[in-house]
Amino acid sequence: MANPIQYQFDEQHLRKSEPNKFKAEDLKSEEMIVNVGPQHPSTHGVLRLEVITNGEVIVDVVPHLGYLHRCFEKHAENLPYNQILPFVDRMDYLASMNSEHAFAMGVEQMLGIADQIPPRVEYIRVLVAELNRLASHFVAVGTYAMDIGAYTPFLWLMRDREHIMRLLEWTCGARMLYNYIWIGGLFYDLPLGFEERCAAFIKYLKPKLGELEKLVMNNKIFVERTANVGLLPLDVAINYGISGPMLRGSGLKLDLRKVDGYSIYPELDFDIPVGEGLMGSVGDCWDRTHVRVRECYESLKIVEQCLERLTGDLTRDRKFDPRALVPKKIRPKKQDFYVRAENPRGELGFYFRTDGKSDIPFRCKARSSCFVNLSVISEISKGCMIADLIAILGSIDIVLGEVDR
Amino acid sequence: MILEEIQALLTDKFGEDIVLATDTDASPPMLHIPAAKIAEVCMALHTNEKTYFDYLACLTGMDNGPEQGTMEVIYHLYSIPYNFQLSLQIIITRETESQAYAEVPTVSHIWRTADWHEREAYDLVGIHFSGHPDQRRILLPNDWEGHPLRKDYKEQEYYHGIKVIY
Repeated sequence: MANPIQYQFDEQHLRKSEPNKFKAEDLKSEEMIVNVGPQHPSTHGVLRLEVITNGEVIVDVVPHLGYLHRCFEKHAENLPYNQILPFVDRMDYLASMNSEHAFAMGVEQMLGIADQIPPRVEYIRVLVAELNRLASHFVAVGTYAMDIGAYTPFLWLMRDREHIMRLLEWTCGARMLYNYIWIGGLFYDLPLGFEERCAAFIKYLKPKLGELEKLVMNNKIFVERTANVGLLPLDVAINYGISGPMLRGSGLKLDLRKVDGYSIYPELDFDIPVGEGLMGSVGDCWDRTHVRVRECYESLKIVEQCLERLTGDLTRDRKFDPRALVPKKIRPKKQDFYVRAENPRGELGFYFRTDGKSDIPFRCKARSSCFVNLSVISEISKGCMIADLIAILGSIDIVLGEVDR
Repeated sequence: MILEEIQALLTDKFGEDIVLATDTDASPPMLHIPAAKIAEVCMALHTNEKTYFDYLACLTGMDNGPEQGTMEVIYHLYSIPYNFQLSLQIIITRETESQAYAEVPTVSHIWRTADWHEREAYDLVGIHFSGHPDQRRILLPNDWEGHPLRKDYKEQEYYHGIKVIY
């Protein structure tokens, strides 16, 4: 066959691409290589962990990523800014609104129109972003409980997440990849009656969070499996560039929504939960999950405040045009720009280099939180049991779409 | 802490020619450092009590294309206690006939997070980091040809019998 379409098996191929870092000669006696993944229920994507074990104890972990690499940066360097937005959605597909918000904010600051965005647009952006943060944390906690061995919380949280998915689907027509926040505005205003239905949903959700804490966080089995497991000291966390709930779980009160005060977050009233070591030590798996659950309450607070403003002094009227500021042609001046925002999983940064002539970025680098957070796994899982490795991996809460970009 | 103070700190320690240029237009403000000195400068910024840049947010490798013949590495630092951001830029020449590859001193002994970022820059742009503990490709397989984020990158036609170009 002149043009082979299918994979041609050759036993040299595997040898050439060197799938493992460790070779049989490197291992001491009693040690062996165990592959976790590429597909494992706890990895939430395609990731292979090359685990060197001595009996049940982990000696070393080497993560192998890149199975989901879809070349975001290469795409971004060949497309105009407004056409990159759909690709941003696909990086962290559980928190598309937050990623879009970060990207749109970065381009707006480059164009110098960040101050002119109408407040109603900003409030809608924060409203949908926080709803998406809730949905993302629900997946994180629900699937984490499933990794530990509890199935009910997963079903309950997926049920509640489904309500949020439907609300967001109602706003923009897509279930997970929204493309709703545009550079300079929004795709469309909120649908009629959204505020009322969202308020009713918030009322429904509040007691459910209490149930979640009783069912998961104070559960004896859950505490035994996660407390004092995967300890991440604060200095190690900072040295590894960890961000988001993982960093806050280690006890540092650092939230970019407060520190940078972007968008309308300075006008809103919310707290930053940190890990306190209630069940074990500060910075263990339980603390990280605890921070996520507490953040759900804070997101609810933000959503309520946004709804209050959106139905109060920023109510919809005929003159309001969500796309008024969307530029026809994007041409940022020649400069370097790094913008960062707080995603559900941590700091999402976009670095742009523009040449001042075209509307295509010369270099666009996405600094994703999962990529950096995952790099600490070999540090915190040495000396653990194999079963704890799954608990540690789940508590990092990775989305492989963002790890590989 | 403002940019002039950091610049003064660096010139005190390393001499006048440590900062080749400053770019205050960039956000965060950018210092242009000679490539050979980057690890020492980062160590100084990391350990000095007045700057204390303890968080490496991002490390970007960049190719300026064969016409310019240069490559760049951009470091985005963040000081958590002082809440100040800074970016450092180094420019190196691409590989020439006399020099097999562009090489930069690693900073992964200062911030461990640079380990993976440098591996990514090596994988996608093809910048070698001298002193890096584990210089392997991270996103692509080990026998992939070329570095995809170079401006003159050409895809290989077949990889293990799989057609690459569509």
